[in-house]
Amino acid sequence: MSDAEHPADESNPNVAQDDFEPVQVFPEADEMDLRPGADNCYKCTTCDSACPVAEVDDEFPGPKFQGPEQWRLKRKSDEDIDASVMDCSNCMRCDDVCPSSVPLSQMHNTARGEFVDERMEKLSREYVRNRILANYRTMAELGSKVPRLTNFVMGLGVTKLFNEKVLGVTSEREFPEFATQTFREWWDERGGPQVRSEDKRVAYFHGCYSNYNTPEVGKALVRVFEEFGYEVVVPVQRCSGTPMFANGMLNDAKRAAGINVENFSGLIADGYDIVASCTSCSMSLKQEYPELFDLDGIEDVSAHTYEAMEYLRIHEDLEGALADSSVPEQSYAYHAPCHARNQGLDRQAVELFRELDGVEIEDVGPSCSGISGTYGWKEEKYEKSMKIGEEMFEHMHHAAGEVGMTECPTCSMQMEHGTGYEIRHPLQVLEEAMA
Amino acid sequence: MPIRDDVLVVGGGLAGSIAALSAAEAGASVRLVSYKKSTLRFASGLIDVLGYPNGDGPVSNPYDALSSLPDDHPYSLAGEQAIRDGLDLFDEVTADSYRGSHTDANALVPTYGGTVKPTARYPEASAAGLASDARSMLVVGFRSLTDFDARLVSEHLEAAGVPFEVRGAELSFPEEFRADAKVTRFANALDRDEEIRFAGRSVGAREALAETVKPRLKGVERVGFPSLLGDEHADEVRADLESHLGVDVFEIPMGPPSFPGLRLEDALFAALDDAGVRMSTGNPVVDYEADGDELQAVHVDQKRRKVPYHADEFVLAAGGLVGKGIDSNRSRVREPIFESYVPHPSDRYDWFDTDAFGDHPFARFGVVVDDEMRVLDRNDAPQFANLRAAGAVVGGADGAAEKSSSGISLATGVVAGREAGASI
Repeated sequence: MSDAEHPADESNPNVAQDDFEPVQVFPEADEMDLRPGADNCYKCTTCDSACPVAEVDDEFPGPKFQGPEQWRLKRKSDEDIDASVMDCSNCMRCDDVCPSSVPLSQMHNTARGEFVDERMEKLSREYVRNRILANYRTMAELGSKVPRLTNFVMGLGVTKLFNEKVLGVTSEREFPEFATQTFREWWDERGGPQVRSEDKRVAYFHGCYSNYNTPEVGKALVRVFEEFGYEVVVPVQRCSGTPMFANGMLNDAKRAAGINVENFSGLIADGYDIVASCTSCSMSLKQEYPELFDLDGIEDVSAHTYEAMEYLRIHEDLEGALADSSVPEQSYAYHAPCHARNQGLDRQAVELFRELDGVEIEDVGPSCSGISGTYGWKEEKYEKSMKIGEEMFEHMHHAAGEVGMTECPTCSMQMEHGTGYEIRHPLQVLEEAMA
Repeated sequence: MPIRDDVLVVGGGLAGSIAALSAAEAGASVRLVSYKKSTLRFASGLIDVLGYPNGDGPVSNPYDALSSLPDDHPYSLAGEQAIRDGLDLFDEVTADSYRGSHTDANALVPTYGGTVKPTARYPEASAAGLASDARSMLVVGFRSLTDFDARLVSEHLEAAGVPFEVRGAELSFPEEFRADAKVTRFANALDRDEEIRFAGRSVGAREALAETVKPRLKGVERVGFPSLLGDEHADEVRADLESHLGVDVFEIPMGPPSFPGLRLEDALFAALDDAGVRMSTGNPVVDYEADGDELQAVHVDQKRRKVPYHADEFVLAAGGLVGKGIDSNRSRVREPIFESYVPHPSDRYDWFDTDAFGDHPFARFGVVVDDEMRVLDRNDAPQFANLRAAGAVVGGADGAAEKSSSGISLATGVVAGREAGASI
């Protein structure tokens, strides 16, 4: 008697339901079951055609293979995870284009974690290098204790040679400079929040980069939110985990996530929402945390996390606030980071600043910048990363603006590296307009 | 209540884009919200108005056949003028990149299955390939591109009785790509005119491709390639090939991912941007807020929380069964956002015909609209005073069989957008 003749009961847990959650299929199991997600894939290859790595690398089998196909192979015949999963840059564009909502990036993250755990030699140069890159915060914390010395040493030819030859970190790139004062030091020095409010409260997830490297972005966020009457708090925090997911260091990521969730989830009951200035950080808290980990309060954190400008657009009349503002003439070549695109935020800066007196802003198109966090820092990936970025560089040169704009710290490194342009964060322009 | 616009359009395909542009022309502030990439990625890029009405055809003039359509067909509701207005707007948006506006008659364009499709507008890139043209034709395919078989295409064209000589040739692309290389890989190599090793020297990919094809020309007057001749610089790629080969070069539309569809998507996006239409993409509309029979807002699911997008007028252009604007399970067919009325037999064995190429009821499933594209409930009354629908989400037509999908999107998009804009 075939299933077709006797339709399965709607309550059958083995039939994919509309509100399907991959982690809930077999609630008693420890391991995630991604099968219903894999079954949703009908092999249209839209993901492959949107993958920036597959576009420049003939050897990379693409997201469809990394996700549903690899998943099936592994279960059918106990195959090992294929090493090509390490060539995925975790841009998550496949998620964005899949017409069937297959949880591709979740599958890739899981596969990568398993590959690193089970197949990667822990003493290998690649593992050590990836671990150092993924744990950028640890390095940054040390480096920023003596920022000038670190900047000097990191800029030395001999350091770059060592990094490339011994660690496999490309010597083509300039290390981002450490700020002489971190955002947190500035925050403490100013005495924390300058505005107190019972009903308008946000907790700022600054992430590593705006703390150690670009505190001006963090300061802009604080000033803009305080201008709108928000009480801003800055809980103790770790890395969002993005570079760890991308390098398959899921244990490191889980530890960091545990601390972040613990420190932020408690604030939600007191009326705080979480805002981030980096789109990969907000992506991580919103989507990757609940997809990958089972921690107390994680759903709450996910549901209350916003990208900073997204938050203002939803809760404030941002357009109205800027209606009578103006800034001195300036023009920008704007690049939307992949992780902003995936959150549906790729047009908000253009939309807003298009109306702001004094600002010219041009979207340089939908291509990926190619750096993808730690990806473009790896010696063997550098060329690929620049090849992916080529289209963006070209469009930036054609755009009227000679200053770049983006929300993502590593996209901004790539934009600067490829064009020599100075790069600003939308929050900085917002701060200028509201001053 | 900060995210607010006059008109909000749900869906970023052909119908949604045209509705948004029409509303913007009426002076409204417009936002377009779309979820995943639209079905334009799967589309041929050909704009059909009507090729096979009621299973007959092909017809040479689609307008002559309109009166034979049933009363509940979207064309019957929108009217002939709406089709013409939709095409006018389309011609404006695509400017020089499309042809066919000089006549009401259908053009006959070869497809990658070797059939000939009656269509109202076709990309400039396909212009030299028309089947009504008597010039001899060579169809070129590449061995590593398994989706397109040049010999099959030419044999099918011959069998279809085209009035010219046609040959097919399967060649190796001058650059050795992996066995299952993506079409994007071919297109990019040509777009960037990548330097490749060819006959012992380093040449641009375009020249190398032309040199590979040259020995096969043997006097033909035009050469057709699968539609992967470049992306952003497609015109340049084609022109370079033509000058190297000394004959006209054209593209035959392919399956997904389809460059003609992607290029059309880019043209629509640019037009929307120029018209000041705001675009929010990447997240699905999942719910709505209404006050009585007046919609107030739709809710966009932004990663596990719902964000309201307010507007005065709404247009639903979320696509049909393929685009997932219409959904089904084992017990019923539904429109998932507004739960609008979608007429269909209660027994699901009556949803389809047993003949694969038969007259399938499911192909006509969709919401019911009036002549202003207002969405109707089961009693033929507007479900909401300010909700309209356009494109494949509207029921009553089998667009795939009739070859009318694009035309329906244009006609209903224009009416829904114009009426929504005028109601502000």
